[in-house]
Amino acid sequence: MKNNELETKNELDESLLNSAVGRRSFLQYAGASAAALALVAAGCRKDRNFGDISTGATLDFKDDFGVLNYAYALEQLEAAFYVKVASAPPSTFTTAQRAYFQDIQFHEIAHREFFKNALSTAAIGSLEVDFSSIDFTSASSVLATAMAFEDLGVAAYNGAGVRIKSTDYLVLAGKIVSVEARHAAYVRDIISNGSFADLASMTALGAVNASGLDGALTPDKVLGIAGKYIKTKINVINL
Amino acid sequence: MNILNILDEIEKVDGEIYERLNPRRKAMRDFYNIGKKISLAALPLAMGSMFNKAYGQTNPSTVTDVLNFALALEYLEYNYYNRALSVATATYIPTGAPRAAITTIRDHERAHVDLLKGALQITGADGYVYNDFDFTAGGGFADVDTNYQTFLKVALAFEDTGVRAYKGQAPILKGNAVLTTALQIHSVEARHASHIRQMVAANVTGASALKPWIAYTATGNDTGVTAVDAVYAGEQNTTQAGIQITGINGTATTQSHAAESFDEFLTGSDVKKIANLFIKTGKKLS
Repeated sequence: MKNNELETKNELDESLLNSAVGRRSFLQYAGASAAALALVAAGCRKDRNFGDISTGATLDFKDDFGVLNYAYALEQLEAAFYVKVASAPPSTFTTAQRAYFQDIQFHEIAHREFFKNALSTAAIGSLEVDFSSIDFTSASSVLATAMAFEDLGVAAYNGAGVRIKSTDYLVLAGKIVSVEARHAAYVRDIISNGSFADLASMTALGAVNASGLDGALTPDKVLGIAGKYIKTKINVINL
Repeated sequence: MNILNILDEIEKVDGEIYERLNPRRKAMRDFYNIGKKISLAALPLAMGSMFNKAYGQTNPSTVTDVLNFALALEYLEYNYYNRALSVATATYIPTGAPRAAITTIRDHERAHVDLLKGALQITGADGYVYNDFDFTAGGGFADVDTNYQTFLKVALAFEDTGVRAYKGQAPILKGNAVLTTALQIHSVEARHASHIRQMVAANVTGASALKPWIAYTATGNDTGVTAVDAVYAGEQNTTQAGIQITGINGTATTQSHAAESFDEFLTGSDVKKIANLFIKTGKKLS
């Protein structure tokens, strides 16, 4: 996969066709928990109709795969956004900002690819994104979108944590969410220095300023907000 | 950090400290001998393991344990910022954006204290006050009350520790509604850490390259302050759930990206060792 291009469905199909051996080696060599997860997922696939994946992606929240796929979907969205920003940053971005947006791009790519590998055959396909509302030449448009994605990402992980049954994956979600929060604070400080944790501005995301609490939203609310940027139909079941 | 000073300070209050460390004082001789061999950077860790033998910090094991543990850390952070603001001068914590940011963070820590006291149904006075702490860590950060750069370095250690501490307690809270609240505090601490890192980069000599996220170094500590190595132990990890993140799936993800993209956790006992460096004897976490 190329970092500087959005994944297309064709690329994914091709990689699935070519990756049978790769997946098998992954099961042999990956950590025990990841392998076990993949095996169970493979077992489940026989019993469950995912529908026509060309018309959408299904997030089944009856187990951890649903939560991990939900995270995978959000990381796909974020990665796609930052890949586009990093490849052609707004002209007013400073050298330091360009470098840090490059970093953020790779953090989101790392998250996306981690979930893809951890989910293995249980992973949803690549999502098609819709960034038509974003002006990628405008620093204010890019920063406002980055802030929205990061604050939403934090609220999404915070709200989904309680659904995770596997201790390993709960800790992993925790390892990721604090990095998203670091991003959010960084982007907010560029927009307005000192707004890194302006919780009062995030009440719609579930933040409670009086108690010093960040956002936390249920998956349906998060997807409702993120839906504007995702073309692929996302079906949510067993929430 | 002068470890001998710390031990001497403890001995004033706890005359049996040397006996606790080892009945025949052999451990102390051993420690001095080891001290010659290990680098200064590893001292906090070595100290941690020594104090653990003496006082035996434990890992929280119940939801109530976790909340009490979190409350102690919030007391530490709140008292640190609150004191700094009360003694702030234009050169210590400059007026304007810096003091506004520290005020924001202080207010969040106070809110966390109140929230956790409420959750634990504690209605009385705070369990820790400023005098229960030694923010110089036995003299290692001697000018923490007057030097803005030192103040920021210690603040950074506290925030990054806080992030790692909450993360480490998530398994005990798994599936519990309290988990969501803990996560909501955890990500606020990460926002604080990100901002303090930017303040450190802008104000601390030699730290201009410090990123809002924790960059890869061989020790995990990217701050250049070796006295806080224990805070960052393990942050150099690039493998998650058995999956190597560096270069994952043919992407150009570097070792540094891989380490930065996942924050690591600390166990409760490791966090207590770090926190205890700043807590006076008699009030240390066990």
